[in-house]
Amino acid sequence: MDADAAKFLGAGIAAIGMGLAAIAVGSLFAAFLSGALRNPAAADSQRANLIFGFAVTEALGIFAFLVALLLLFAV
Amino acid sequence: MANPLDQFEITRHADLSVGGIDAAFTNASMFMLIALGVILSFFWMGTRNAALVPGRWQAALESLTGFITDMVDENIGPKGRAFVPFIFSLFIFIITANILGLFPFSFTVTSHLAVTFAFAAFIFMVCIVVGLLRHGLRFFSLFVPANTPPVLLLLIVPIEFISFLSRPLTLSIRLFANMTAGHILLKVFAGFVISLGAAGGVLTMISPLPFAMTIAIYALELIVSVVQAYVFALLTCIYLNDSINLHH
Repeated sequence: MDADAAKFLGAGIAAIGMGLAAIAVGSLFAAFLSGALRNPAAADSQRANLIFGFAVTEALGIFAFLVALLLLFAV
Repeated sequence: MANPLDQFEITRHADLSVGGIDAAFTNASMFMLIALGVILSFFWMGTRNAALVPGRWQAALESLTGFITDMVDENIGPKGRAFVPFIFSLFIFIITANILGLFPFSFTVTSHLAVTFAFAAFIFMVCIVVGLLRHGLRFFSLFVPANTPPVLLLLIVPIEFISFLSRPLTLSIRLFANMTAGHILLKVFAGFVISLGAAGGVLTMISPLPFAMTIAIYALELIVSVVQAYVFALLTCIYLNDSINLHH
């Protein structure tokens, strides 16, 4: 297999990591929503934690995308 | 279709050499100066005719400074008051640079690892220096969580140390990759509009679809720009908290 074909395959496999991050972000918001619907008064106080947790989780998905980009354009 | 990565290319406007180091004035420098201009004009509008009952610009500026002061108070506590200007400058510059990059034909300064890593490396150095100055060698107790059995310490301390070293890396890559990925997405969908529109026949009929998608991604990018600037500032506060109040 020549190098270019391996690069494209690797980029495709790296993209699977984004699906996993998507599941994680979804479960984060699901937990927030179920908690907020049970205790609406406490929901506003946790909004900052929600945004922060979303950003750090999303970052991992973006790292997977970064690996794909690195394979395609920087190697 | 044009290469979606072309938008990140650095173009030189004027050459300048500082002691042998190439410090050319590039489009990145230009947009940093534009960001500075936007920030300064916002501050000027907010602080002229300052009154006890604030007008609109002053109220906007006060809500921004209050937001950052509250964030620093909440995360660092009273000892963090000295860092409010630093965190504020960081937040304002990053959010302005991010949003400026969303204008058509502009350049996103924070989409380059060089820029974001400069920020993150500086913050990392500040955390270490502040921690060492404030606590001396006790700063390294940061890597030893309280109440761990001594057997586990052999495993935990290297892990904690490596995760501490990964902080500037993740901080910089989070911002850089978010901006780069978002702008690549925008370019790709915009390119689809053109290439579908030019193809003729049925394909031209569906070319409004990627256009709608571009609008949706644009909204997403606005949100991401603000959230990433907020998260950068928040994580800086958390790392400073680790250095100033050692409890971990």
